[in-house]
Amino acid sequence: MLVWFEDNVALLFLALLDGTVTAFVLALIALGLSLVFGVMRVVNVAHGEFFMLGAVLAWACFHFTGNMPLLGFLLALIVAPVLVGGLAMLSDRFILHRIQYNPESTIVATIGLLYIIQQLVLSFFGPEARPVEAPIYFRVQFPWFGYSGYKLIVAVLSGFLLLVTWFLMVRSKLGLYMRATQQDAEIAQTFGVPTRSVYSKVFAIGAGLAALAGVLVVPIRQADYLMGLEPLLLSFIVVIIGGLGSLRGTLVAAFIVGISDGFISVFYEPTLAKMLATVLVAAVLIVKPTGLFGEEPG
Amino acid sequence: MEGKEKKPEQSVKNKSQISRRSLFGTTAAVAGAGVLASNLTDPIVRSAYAAGSDAPIRIGFQVHRTGIGATYGKWYERTTNAAAKYINEHGGMGGRPVEIVPEDDGTDPKRGADVVEKFATQHKVDFVYGTLFSHVVMGSSPRAGELKIPYFVVSEGYHVASGALNRYVFQPCITDVRSQISAMSGWIFNNLGKKMTLIYPDYAFGYNHRDYASAAAEKHGAKISAKLAIPPTASSFTRYFAKIPKDTEVIYHVMVGPGVLTFVREMGEHFGSNRPEIFGFIDSLEGVALDSPGLDFLNGTYFWEAMPRYADGYPTHGEKVYRNAVGVDANGASKSDSKDVSTYSHMFGCWETLFAIKEAVEQSGYRDKRDYANLIETFEGFQGFNEGIAHPQGSKMFSGKSHQCYGQQFISKVENSKFDVVHRTSIEDGYYEPETDYTKLPL
Repeated sequence: MLVWFEDNVALLFLALLDGTVTAFVLALIALGLSLVFGVMRVVNVAHGEFFMLGAVLAWACFHFTGNMPLLGFLLALIVAPVLVGGLAMLSDRFILHRIQYNPESTIVATIGLLYIIQQLVLSFFGPEARPVEAPIYFRVQFPWFGYSGYKLIVAVLSGFLLLVTWFLMVRSKLGLYMRATQQDAEIAQTFGVPTRSVYSKVFAIGAGLAALAGVLVVPIRQADYLMGLEPLLLSFIVVIIGGLGSLRGTLVAAFIVGISDGFISVFYEPTLAKMLATVLVAAVLIVKPTGLFGEEPG
Repeated sequence: MEGKEKKPEQSVKNKSQISRRSLFGTTAAVAGAGVLASNLTDPIVRSAYAAGSDAPIRIGFQVHRTGIGATYGKWYERTTNAAAKYINEHGGMGGRPVEIVPEDDGTDPKRGADVVEKFATQHKVDFVYGTLFSHVVMGSSPRAGELKIPYFVVSEGYHVASGALNRYVFQPCITDVRSQISAMSGWIFNNLGKKMTLIYPDYAFGYNHRDYASAAAEKHGAKISAKLAIPPTASSFTRYFAKIPKDTEVIYHVMVGPGVLTFVREMGEHFGSNRPEIFGFIDSLEGVALDSPGLDFLNGTYFWEAMPRYADGYPTHGEKVYRNAVGVDANGASKSDSKDVSTYSHMFGCWETLFAIKEAVEQSGYRDKRDYANLIETFEGFQGFNEGIAHPQGSKMFSGKSHQCYGQQFISKVENSKFDVVHRTSIEDGYYEPETDYTKLPL
């Protein structure tokens, strides 16, 4: 056992490191999806496209600032969530509200939104993958291998954004409204909670979080119009395992999926990790359909 | 014509390959006899166009405008349009102008088959042409065979030569993976190391690399330390690099799709300066600028190029005319945008294939689809194409049996974030006996 451990300490370390980075990013992307479902009971299939829009806007900011990575990045951290959040707010007003948040209709409507956003980006941004320079680029040398320093920064920033969201939920008035709406929208309304504006804001915050994740991730990979699909699927996996609407569940599930993905990928095959995550989703749906931390919808 | 006297230069002359050389000699002779039109400014050819006033020859161009092949698709389209323009300015095809009819296939095999059908039944084109990604070729070819429409692909997989497709599918102007590996493996194992780790995409094109690199290793007494297949959807690669065995002397990598820059950069982050030798297929860097941030570590590594990206790599007259016509600068980027780097080692195949079609049309006296059988038999009779404006990448040997060509390859070293050609293979280096005979299939 000890010999095995010594032989594989580099791999164990890499699995933990890569898994943790994946987990933080995953948590940030999935949080928006979970929030929207928890408060609004809307399954937002277009969530991945908000992530993609964030990445594309980061590219635009990078260019707008004359290819200055740090300035472009800081600008994107403001512009992307504001614009994408604004778009989400408009979508809520003019699409979701009009179909009265009917569960089936919203799924179809957000699928439509997904294609509209994707095709618009294809038309105006083009089909190729475009690189965005990282704001800070350095390499961390561990005894066995090197690792991207920017990836570590992404993990830290994601963790920070998760904390901010948590703080917003438990300490702010909007957070109180959100939790009240989540528990029972009708009763919340009778107590004076402006549920309609809460819905708009939640949808905007969910989209804004996805866009921020896009801004953070784009220097690691590149911006392209199809990049929203993978995070959407992973977010659904995380949210279903964690329990739709439970923020704690989302966080725990992101770490379960991220770290197990790291370990299985490093020691076996990355494809196997994806397969096992899918099997885990099926198992959760059979054994505890509400997810690990989910509650029966009131 | 210049092809008559000028035998293409060969970097390596191997006396043990006499039979192959004589076969190649035949190619050059046939070329001289008029199969090849390498000098299109010939006034006699020009007057042929003036005399003919026929309807255009319509060529359906199956293009990857969207999907994972989009970067290649963009350049394939520019090259195709440039070639069509050049051909039309110099006499057309058999006196008739060429008209390109593009359709996006989304780099998707199913849509690819639909596009082939649309070309045949709605657009009523004469030929279908231009597909790159191997899974789209695999998906589209059966439909072309059923509809009995000639289908000229510009892919790289071994699928055409393997015999898996049908008599209507040709790959006349870009070499296949098997041939590329056969041509270069000796140089790689002798110069870079004998313990190799392979990194390739987890589908048909990647398996060609895996299988033929493994076979080549066995032939040269080298060892494959590990085989790492990467799913086409992967967006992070760090975890794969952890699996490269410590005794690896040389890494062989080939990646395609939107993740290529991430792949190469993460490889650099993983190894730093303490790296094994690295040999990459240019696919891993097509459309990517060598001076992109994070790619410094590539200095001192080697790449296969089918056609050198930098103008000084293979400065022939044909190359210059071609580079200028497709609008590529001396560094391999678009003349109008130095950040828009071309897919130079693949797109020449489009240019050359259109000229090969032109030859077949003219040699067979093709008028309309009633002449398909004659055109296909004429094409199968070709033995090669001579280097020149029509074939700027270099001369080709062509097998009518396997519908596949053989050609020269380049090995370039990255120095100061630029490719320097260090070795050029001969056509014979990449020759293998055809394993199939499409001419035996019914038309």
